[in-house]
Amino acid sequence: MKHNSNQTPPMLRMENVSKTFGGVAALSHVDLDVHEGEVLGIIGPNGSGKTTTVNAITGFIRPSGGRIYFKGKDITGKKPHKIADMGITRTFQIMRPYYSLPAFKNLVIPLFSPRARRTGGWRGGGNLGDRKTIAIDILEEIGFERDSYIPFKTTSTLPTGYLKRLELARCLALKPEILICDEIFSGLSMSEIASMVPLIERLQDDGITIVMIEHRLRELFQVANRVMVLNFGEKLVEGTPEEVMADDRVKEAYFGSEKIEEVMTYA
Amino acid sequence: MSKENRRKERIDRGIKVRSDGLYALLSWREMAYLIAPRFILIAGLLALPLLMPGLYWQRVISIVCIYAMVAISFDFLAHYVGLVCLGGAFFIGVGGYIAGIFNAYFGMPPLVTIPLAAIAGGGFCTLLLLPCLPLRGVYFAIVTLMYPLFMARIIEAFDLFGGTDGILGIDSFSSAFVEQYFVVGILLVFLFGLRRLVNTDMGLIFTAIMDNDQAVRASGINITHYKALAVFIASAMGCLAGACLTHIYMWSGISQFALDFSILPIAATVIGGAGTLAGPVIGCLILVPISELLRDFGTLRIVFYASILVAFILFRSDGIMAFAKRKYEQIERWTQV
Repeated sequence: MKHNSNQTPPMLRMENVSKTFGGVAALSHVDLDVHEGEVLGIIGPNGSGKTTTVNAITGFIRPSGGRIYFKGKDITGKKPHKIADMGITRTFQIMRPYYSLPAFKNLVIPLFSPRARRTGGWRGGGNLGDRKTIAIDILEEIGFERDSYIPFKTTSTLPTGYLKRLELARCLALKPEILICDEIFSGLSMSEIASMVPLIERLQDDGITIVMIEHRLRELFQVANRVMVLNFGEKLVEGTPEEVMADDRVKEAYFGSEKIEEVMTYA
Repeated sequence: MSKENRRKERIDRGIKVRSDGLYALLSWREMAYLIAPRFILIAGLLALPLLMPGLYWQRVISIVCIYAMVAISFDFLAHYVGLVCLGGAFFIGVGGYIAGIFNAYFGMPPLVTIPLAAIAGGGFCTLLLLPCLPLRGVYFAIVTLMYPLFMARIIEAFDLFGGTDGILGIDSFSSAFVEQYFVVGILLVFLFGLRRLVNTDMGLIFTAIMDNDQAVRASGINITHYKALAVFIASAMGCLAGACLTHIYMWSGISQFALDFSILPIAATVIGGAGTLAGPVIGCLILVPISELLRDFGTLRIVFYASILVAFILFRSDGIMAFAKRKYEQIERWTQV
């Protein structure tokens, strides 16, 4: 399961990326490599620049400095749909489903995109003639019960757990190469998170490179191969979950003076 | 059959399956239940010109159809794409002038100038609206409200195309019969075409852009492209309506950029039911004749007109169409237990 890829060139590389909003430095000089097939966790206290990192990678904001490369190609400042078209997809921390549509029609939109038409959607298959059926197939795989009414219900009536899965499904419909999950566990119950963890592991087995931003450290450390810690927009530590957990600076930044193991029991 | 083993049941319960658009029909009666409202609308619109007494009221029906085309284009843009466009007069005016120019200066017949005005006008309006497409909600509304005023002032200031006199000597339709059935036919094509369009996968993209444009961008879809396409569809419809208006009045001038053409379609959409497409047509069928009937009252007309609008908003705020749909779905029949 654990993946070691120090030799291969990185799939996604951030070089010296900075972003300032007015006078506030949300990100300053962050370097990051994401290797093919790994699960990278990004953690940090609130306001440490995690979501800004995602927005910079996916083109929703233009970095003030630095460059971002995907498979050696410079994607700095490209439009969000161009970057999604290349295979970097993201979920949103504040979920963004199409509330007025039924759940399965939510997936017709990504399946209509140029990338899905090229790749044939999640699981390929080429023929996208019947997008609604393919949408229901994807929803079933992601944990919507097929023979229930749930895929047909209007999205605004669905509980948070399904909305989070719908966010994931929207990304998967594009057949992504890199999947960026922005706090996919937050707001879920313990049992919902417990069912989400094997899903993430399965996606890694399917060959998707995953970047996860999380506050739920225990579950993140279960799935992550490598963890980066951000604090005040700067990279604090990068390493395996064990190394990060043992690092004194992380404890200091994240938990004050408390011991990380103690906090982990509540997390 | 005694009354004990019978009960009342709503007809639509049996035939609606899971989601909208999927039906399970078991009999001709159920089929008729679905078809009846559509049939009444089509047959009613086609019969209207024949039922009208005199040329004056037949002309009113043509004007109703022209307003209705603008109204459904507004409804489509506002409630299926999320672009609240107050530029109905802009579309009417551009379409009217293009038809007028090609007819009066180049001698093309109405059946050529009207499609030409739709395509060329749609392209022209889309091109001018392109810079506003990143705007949303009320900001888009305000900017589009400015466009017809802008066009009217340019034509006035530079004395283009006859200046304030407008273009005179434009051909009319070959007969009143052709005129009425042309506009009624086009209106029906637009109405059912748009209803079909919003249910296709591409129509879903438009709805998704209205709901959540950031998520559409994150799905790898260029939203500006689809917004421009929607604006082209709507403005081509508006321009076609304007071209018909020019040939009906045999004149095109800056009063085609008057704000009436922006505001009345919106009032009709509110009255008829927003987001229903058929609603705006019904709204126009009510509002335009009322405004004609009130002509006898001179300037008081606008007072009555406003009172009727307020009354509708107070008592039927969700629109006639939503009300009628609810009542129609509540129709019951006796079934055996």
